[in-house]
Amino acid sequence: MRQEFIITIYSENHIGLLNRITINFTRRKMNIESLTVSESAIKGISKFTIVVREEEDRVKKVVGQLEKVVEVLKAFYHTNDEMVFQEIALYKVQTDTLYDSDQVERLVRKAGARILEITREYTVIEKTGHKEETQELFEALNQFGVLQFIRSGRVAITRDPIERLSEFLMERDNLLNQID
Amino acid sequence: MAIKRITGSKAVILSLLEEGVDTIFGYPGGAIMPIYDALYDYDKQVSHILTRHEQGAVHAAEGYAKVTGKAGVCFATSGPGATNLITGIADAMIDSIPLVCITGQVASPLLGTDAFQESDVVGISMPITKWNYQITNADEIPDAIAKAFYIAQSGRPGPVLLDIAKDAQFQEIDFSYKKCKKIRSYIPEHQVDPFKVKAAAWLIDQAKKPLLLFGQGVIIAQAEAELKAFVEKTGIPAAWTLLGLSAMPTDHPLNVGMLGMHGNYGPNIKTNEADLIIAVGMRFDDRVTGKVSEYAKNAKIIHLEVDPAEIDKIIKTDVAVLGNAKKSLAMLIDNVKENNHDAWIQEFRDCDQIEREKVIDKDIRPDKVGLTMGEAVRITSEKTKHNAVLVTDVGQQQMIASRYFKFTQSKSNVTSGGLGTMGYAIPAAMGAQLGAKDRTVCCFVGDGGFQMTLQELGTIVQNKLPVKIILLNNNFLGMVRQWQQLFFEKRYSFTELQNPDFIMIGKGFGMEGHQVTKREELEDGIQRMLDHDGPYLLEVVVEKEDNVFPMVPSGASVSDIILEA
Repeated sequence: MRQEFIITIYSENHIGLLNRITINFTRRKMNIESLTVSESAIKGISKFTIVVREEEDRVKKVVGQLEKVVEVLKAFYHTNDEMVFQEIALYKVQTDTLYDSDQVERLVRKAGARILEITREYTVIEKTGHKEETQELFEALNQFGVLQFIRSGRVAITRDPIERLSEFLMERDNLLNQID
Repeated sequence: MAIKRITGSKAVILSLLEEGVDTIFGYPGGAIMPIYDALYDYDKQVSHILTRHEQGAVHAAEGYAKVTGKAGVCFATSGPGATNLITGIADAMIDSIPLVCITGQVASPLLGTDAFQESDVVGISMPITKWNYQITNADEIPDAIAKAFYIAQSGRPGPVLLDIAKDAQFQEIDFSYKKCKKIRSYIPEHQVDPFKVKAAAWLIDQAKKPLLLFGQGVIIAQAEAELKAFVEKTGIPAAWTLLGLSAMPTDHPLNVGMLGMHGNYGPNIKTNEADLIIAVGMRFDDRVTGKVSEYAKNAKIIHLEVDPAEIDKIIKTDVAVLGNAKKSLAMLIDNVKENNHDAWIQEFRDCDQIEREKVIDKDIRPDKVGLTMGEAVRITSEKTKHNAVLVTDVGQQQMIASRYFKFTQSKSNVTSGGLGTMGYAIPAAMGAQLGAKDRTVCCFVGDGGFQMTLQELGTIVQNKLPVKIILLNNNFLGMVRQWQQLFFEKRYSFTELQNPDFIMIGKGFGMEGHQVTKREELEDGIQRMLDHDGPYLLEVVVEKEDNVFPMVPSGASVSDIILEA
């Protein structure tokens, strides 16, 4: 059964690594729904968060291949239920729409969104949440006309009580020490 | 090590010498000229083989790596030089062959400007290298080369590529070299888990009809002695994959032959009767498994494997023993009970008898008029006392040679397995000859594959490499024709070749040779080839429409193997 999985990859911060990671998806004709990369809690180690809609067996195999990439330290996969995750969306609307009625203001309050910048011409609204929530706000705001809209890739954190990052780094240190 | 100030190019050569490189296969060009200039001063320490095409260089490096177990090294220039390596790199990737490929690249300020002979070789080679890296600063050269050799040769081996910008080749650096021993993000092999070994041993001791399948992992891990000791202690029959050939002597009583589409009858059919499969250093390729959903349904599966991604990739395992096959087999030997499976082995012997009557005798001792590939292979193997290195191309001759050539020592089989690269044999044979200078190298090639890389005859002659080339000529792309006959109603769509005079071509390159068309000339012909001091081309004109059997038809189960059409 196809469902959403969140793949987390810890890697060295090297040029070309993004390509080396994504070709593993391309080769299996697996679509990436969203992808976020940035530095992790450990300096020099990047963290990829990749969302796919796939069968678990295929996800498991691609994660196995990702771990083979020399610069990848560790790759995991989780279901949505196993993680707390967020996306961020920005909406640009004409400032006039806020003057014309209080409906936009009410939408912003109801959605728990916030206003980032107001100029004479436009206002930028920010909302974090799941895709359905940011989409819902987009559709609501769009009744008044949204000039520009952008949504980020997903960031996610496990529900595990233990931080896996330190656990696997310890495990790796042990393995590396055995090589000597 | 003392630090000296040298150019990046010289650093490349010194780094290779530090890694013990004695042979480089390559082809110069604009963007790698500084490295070739540095190489000019080191002709005593390292021999460079100038091939006639970069594809020849990379396949030669593969052949060298296969017989030595060390990384093969090749050089090419940027752009077309680098792209000509791609087929060989892909071949090495799928067959786990250690290669270090060094390509020149345009000077770093020109990167991304569509400069003359610029191609994004790092991008192009990314899916088919274990690791690759572009060097734009000479300071990076020693460490990158150290890392390249470490990655290529450790764990599950594979090809790596270093792309060196021309300006970095000219730059001066303070050179010192340190071999790479570990990389933070890379675990080449896992420690063998004793608990898994115990679980595997328990299954092995219980099994009534166990079958061991071994692949190239045994050769890579140098686990031949452990494999032999394990099967001898347990009495378990063992079958090899195409790349596992030569990891055990052919005539060992527990060697029950080859798996796969054109493998032996016994190991294929018995796979589905076995109650335990012990897979060692093999990856359940589709040519081995046939229809996966019907594969080894009665068996528990034990998989000894160095690459975690291979576990459960195709066949679900009951016990996976991760790690180096030499270590895991040694631990298994200590944990299993002595045993024998004589009645079960007899079933394989019975299968052999059927196969011999229906297929083998007709192949290797035919009584019909036309020559067969099988008899040429049998005689060559016998006359070299089963001691030669076998190099094969891809197609019918590959399958026939793999079936009938016999082995007495490991690292004696050089073939393109996973990628199935036609044109592989001739360049791979010259690499194998350089890697095994004292051994006889017998290269079987078809008329199709011969014409893909025949320019390397020139390299063989120039370097006086005594390679024995046996061209099995049926004037067809034989394997495709066989499939057309069996599965496409004999519609021979573009498989018949109008061939040149091969012997004259050989002579043009300065290679001795002759053609054999009759059975009574064959033995003497092969003897003449083997006795000749130097390279030799023996063309054996075989039956046009012979087929390779047995055969597991594409998509069928291994138990549906057919012995005749």
